[in-house]
Amino acid sequence: MSSMFPHLLTYAAVLAFAGVAGYRFFRIYSMPMHLRWELYPVAHEPGKKASYGGSMLEEVGWWKKPRETSWINMLKVMVPEMTLLVALFEHNRKMWYRSFPFHFGLYILAGMIGLILLGGVMELFGVYVGPGASPGSAVYYLTQAAALFGLGLATVGAAGLLHARLFDPELKGYTSPAMIFNLLFFLAAFAAAWLTFIFVDTGFAATRSFVQSLITFELNAVLGGGHLSWAGRLAMTVEIVLAMALLAYIPMTHMAHFFVKWFTWDKVRWDDEPNVPGGEIEQKIGTYVQYPVTWAAPHLAADGKKNWLDIATEGVKGEQGK
Amino acid sequence: MKNVRVEDIGKPSDQLTHVDPAECVPLPAPYNLPDAAPKWPPLSDKAKAAYESSLDDTIAVSIPKPKTKEEEDELVAKFLSGLQKLFTKENNWTFLQPLVLSMEHCAKCQTCSEACHIFEMSGHNPVYRPTYRSDALRRLYFKHVKPGGSLLSKWRHGDIDLNWTTVARLAELSYRCNLCRRCAQTCPVGVDNGLIAHELRKLFSQEMGISAKELHDRGAVLQLKVGSSTGMNPEVVKDNIEFIDEDTSEKTGMTVKTPWDKKGAELLLIHNAGEIMAWPENHGAFAAILNAAGVDWTMSSEAQDALGYDNINYGLWYDDFMLAKVAIKHAKAAKNLGVKKIVLGECGHAHKALTVIADRVLTGDLNIPRESALPILEEIVFSGKIKFDPSRNDFPVTLHDPCNYVRLMGIVEPQRRVIRHLAPRFREMEPHGVYNYCCGGGSGFAIMSGHNFMDWRAQVSGRKKLQQILIAFEGQLDPSIPKYVCAPCSNCKGQIRDLFQYWNVWEKSKILYGGLVELIVNAMADVKPGFIEWEWR
Repeated sequence: MSSMFPHLLTYAAVLAFAGVAGYRFFRIYSMPMHLRWELYPVAHEPGKKASYGGSMLEEVGWWKKPRETSWINMLKVMVPEMTLLVALFEHNRKMWYRSFPFHFGLYILAGMIGLILLGGVMELFGVYVGPGASPGSAVYYLTQAAALFGLGLATVGAAGLLHARLFDPELKGYTSPAMIFNLLFFLAAFAAAWLTFIFVDTGFAATRSFVQSLITFELNAVLGGGHLSWAGRLAMTVEIVLAMALLAYIPMTHMAHFFVKWFTWDKVRWDDEPNVPGGEIEQKIGTYVQYPVTWAAPHLAADGKKNWLDIATEGVKGEQGK
Repeated sequence: MKNVRVEDIGKPSDQLTHVDPAECVPLPAPYNLPDAAPKWPPLSDKAKAAYESSLDDTIAVSIPKPKTKEEEDELVAKFLSGLQKLFTKENNWTFLQPLVLSMEHCAKCQTCSEACHIFEMSGHNPVYRPTYRSDALRRLYFKHVKPGGSLLSKWRHGDIDLNWTTVARLAELSYRCNLCRRCAQTCPVGVDNGLIAHELRKLFSQEMGISAKELHDRGAVLQLKVGSSTGMNPEVVKDNIEFIDEDTSEKTGMTVKTPWDKKGAELLLIHNAGEIMAWPENHGAFAAILNAAGVDWTMSSEAQDALGYDNINYGLWYDDFMLAKVAIKHAKAAKNLGVKKIVLGECGHAHKALTVIADRVLTGDLNIPRESALPILEEIVFSGKIKFDPSRNDFPVTLHDPCNYVRLMGIVEPQRRVIRHLAPRFREMEPHGVYNYCCGGGSGFAIMSGHNFMDWRAQVSGRKKLQQILIAFEGQLDPSIPKYVCAPCSNCKGQIRDLFQYWNVWEKSKILYGGLVELIVNAMADVKPGFIEWEWR
């Protein structure tokens, strides 16, 4: 079986993932700065303010004082939120029991890929990665542990989410066919990964070999580097196809929230940056208010020639609907 | 309760959902009895014939029914054109980024639902779920705005019909949310259903000229034309304040005088002018405190080039341009007087509009510092400039947190430190601070009472706040014990007044509502006792 296809597919999937995620990130990033719309508690507030939800606006003459923010306070909220899904834990425990193992399992699987990469590179440099008590053995055992726990948690979580989507009356009306497809897609990829892990490549030697050929661009290298039978290569090809298709697909969906959360939390919910006279914010506003406006309501009298500032500063036209 | 799916919004019927008060969450005794509240009258046949009313049991916006199919199609086309404009940076730079984020990344986990007091207290009416209107708009966005929407949208996001029924119901539904954003606080992804309701209102106002009359015609437009949504022109407001000064002087035994149009003053105080008419003691108390503390302050009587004596800004709730027009004129009032800062009286939405939202509208010499009255009051109370006798406030007191101060601005502690210091029998509502519940009058509802909307906001949107207040005074609801709800916000006070009146709370439990400044003056040792009058108004 030619190994060109899984190699090319992997490159394409990684590029698609980076390209689509990058495009979506840039699209959001390049949108105009919005009006302030913060929501307290704002995590980067200093001292106790972060815990009870206070802000600089609690102080007389707040604009005369240096603006204080606390990275530590922000990390105290952000790290548990990213790793443990604290908001879901606090407000929707039923969903957390499903969503947390799914997400945490995915994090462990991402760590597992890192370990496979590390092991592959170590082998390229002649370091033995396998059972025993050598320096590479730690990587070997950690990879297996990560696979076991990561796949276990993610599979249980995905199955739990699928069950909720299919049977929870609260979710049913808000579950589209695509959401069911997404979870089935994950479960199919996990099933293929389990089969390969249990029956084909328990020690990840074949996978490390595949990673090595990816790194060295040896596209014709035998899949699994001679560690696998014909059936093993077939199983591994199926796993690669599913995993890579999933990788490319994720950023095309609402599941892009893995990076979007940075915007929704840090750039909206916690964006309390005041507009200082002569500062960068003021300059941006100066650009935005020059945009031509085409809203059609009579009281705005926008004609596509007037800009935002013209309309905001002119007198109001008559009552609505008249 | 009948289950209603998102796609049902476009299926014509007399009424999409029905609110049965018997299915709403019961209130504590004696407010749980069948005759505790007035009967909720159905909409009149005349109203039903004239206005769109197919959402639920009430009407907020009063949209005239189109007479022909052509008229309906024209309105649908306008809606679609507005929807597209909402997602362009030229027309909506103000909120494009957060709107797109909320449109495209909802995991539909319903975590937000239980945070919504309207959904909860209605007995989980499916149409009041915060995600209901958001998902309807989301489906329209993916189908009609995003490229390729017609191909995969139904499979990816669910089905929806774009017709006049959908549009009319969405218009009403955008006014079944208090925009308190409590739901957004709970979202693990950061999706903001309050923002989506806000943007829907904007679409209707800015493209179709549809909004609640109380907010636009009788609110923002009147304010821009006359100087105040109360209709008071400068002469009338000055007369009223003169009368309040005299009355306050008599009540307190101090000489209270409000300075007008004082150039170069330290601060320009702008009230919600509704206070001056409905709760004159609030301005009187402010004037007494500022004078006693020796603050260099002024009020402004400008009403044309600038807006100096009414801090309301209803554009915050439905129209970015109306918001900007009013905010710019507020800033001009301060600029014209050359004051060092604007201080906002007890009005939550005015705080939020001028201090936070307009922060990225006001530039150059209009970017004058704006500040809440609450920290200034705290500074005065603890400055030692005024002597206090907290025993004068020896009655049970609880604090209602206006959403705009706490969740939306982070002003949480100054008002609490004052109350803890001056009210020995203070107790918190639960939850409170940034996790508070809206009074049910937020986003303009407090001034909207057309048709039977008052019944809806007393039975549904205000129910949670009433429940919280009654629980805060648990064991002391007997009318022989006078109790005080401190609500330092005009709109919240209006809602609580209407709520208490509707449920007959004064008669049954003798709970009075009022602001923070009244509580401060009531405890001032050098004024005549009894500033707070235990009479229902």
